[in-house]
Amino acid sequence: MTTWIASFLAWVARLISGATAAWIDCPPSARQRIYFGNHSSHLDFVVMWSVLPERVRPRVRPVAAAEYWNRSALRRYVAGKVFRAVLVERASADLAGRQQQMQKMLDGLGQDESLIFFPEGTRGSGDEVQPFKSGLYHLALSRPNLELVPVYLENLNRVLPKGEFLPVPLLSRVFFGPPIHLNDGEPKADFLERARQALLRLSGHE
Amino acid sequence: MNDPELYGLYLGIISVLVLATVIGLILEWRVSSPKGKETVANLNARTRAWWMMSGVFAVANLCGTYTTVCLFALLSFLALREFVTLTPTRRGDHRSLLFIFFILMPLQYLLVATRWYGFFSVLVPVYAFLFIPTVNALGGDARHFLERTAKLQWSAMICVYCLSHAPALLMLDIPGYKGENPKLLLFMVLVTQLSDVLQYVWGKTTGKTPVAPAISPNKTREGLLGGVASATLVGTLLWWATPFTPLAAWAMALLLSLAGFAGGLTMSAIKRDRGVKDYGTLIEGHGGVLDRIDSICFAAPLFFHVVRYFYTV
Repeated sequence: MTTWIASFLAWVARLISGATAAWIDCPPSARQRIYFGNHSSHLDFVVMWSVLPERVRPRVRPVAAAEYWNRSALRRYVAGKVFRAVLVERASADLAGRQQQMQKMLDGLGQDESLIFFPEGTRGSGDEVQPFKSGLYHLALSRPNLELVPVYLENLNRVLPKGEFLPVPLLSRVFFGPPIHLNDGEPKADFLERARQALLRLSGHE
Repeated sequence: MNDPELYGLYLGIISVLVLATVIGLILEWRVSSPKGKETVANLNARTRAWWMMSGVFAVANLCGTYTTVCLFALLSFLALREFVTLTPTRRGDHRSLLFIFFILMPLQYLLVATRWYGFFSVLVPVYAFLFIPTVNALGGDARHFLERTAKLQWSAMICVYCLSHAPALLMLDIPGYKGENPKLLLFMVLVTQLSDVLQYVWGKTTGKTPVAPAISPNKTREGLLGGVASATLVGTLLWWATPFTPLAAWAMALLLSLAGFAGGLTMSAIKRDRGVKDYGTLIEGHGGVLDRIDSICFAAPLFFHVVRYFYTV
């Protein structure tokens, strides 16, 4: 039942966003990965998830904001049961709180699951990609063998911009780029900027 | 729908497509160079797409007014989607886009279906023309205001208003031609599309001098003359299916061919400015929907009004 709902929602998301996937030096694969993307629309994770091959999708879970997805029973059901989202608190100020959120994501990864992750932390205007928060770095540090796949979502900020309720059915594209890894001893700031550049490089593709 | 002339036209289309398919198969078998194989593969993809497009159009055209209106509404939607995707819009345009997609477009086709000519002919050029900038101004973003508004109005005019004149041909009351309007629509689409194809064929075989090299190097003077002349000839020979005399059919076919050329050239200019070759990827070998129907967008409203002026009471 939940798989059926998930497939239906994926179909609706593709219909609205007209999304097509482009795999650039990164063949689609079911191996364990972290897909990190630019965040500008509520449609982002559903669309990214919906253009993954059908055999890959069941093992890919989005990381989403707990304060948004826990707000009603329907949202809790969609996030928890349909998409098996890993819900994290964004506003944890202290170190213990942040470590707890990190542990949730590592638990979510388990042995063979992949994550969809938005390292900017929150939705931007879509005009530019904000500097990355440190979550991606800590994930890469804890699980160094994971492939970190940059995913550029094009036009979704125009389909459904922040603050709007109804989507305009334009055509969007999802670019998957070559995976990156954390180098030995690479400083946090350098890595995060390198990851951000890997994402930005995809934005110029035709 | 029991009109032997209409079936005659379709029989002609099927014969041409069968011929093209057979030639494609022979070429596939004979050509061996890699570059030649690629050209033949593209040619055959185009032929397959023509079968598909003709089939979809034929079903809608033979089923009646409402299916035809629905088909063109769908084409409008797909064209609008491709056009707006390619045209940079800003956050402040979101509400106007929602209005164009979800209110203006369905309403325009509703007016075609209900044959309300008076409202149909002014909805976009008067009401939407004034409404869109108002909504945009309320959006509170003044940057590039005129440019953004123009883009939205253009998308509504070309993809919704102009294209809706194709199914609107079905609402014309032509004395002595009652119930035969589907042939008029088919005549318009056939001559316009044939002119496109023939301009392409003449251009590929004999083309030398580009008409507008900065816009489209593929559109040549030889292609234009050959294509327009041959499509006009075919249109003239189809006079029996129209309310026109052979001479009038000649003039109409010439008008359609020239308008189609103007449409293709104008839409190429927009593509060139945006640095892309096609509006989309929906139709194999042809690009997007808008790449295929740009000529109809220009030909349909002109044809509609000329026919309406000279042939209705």
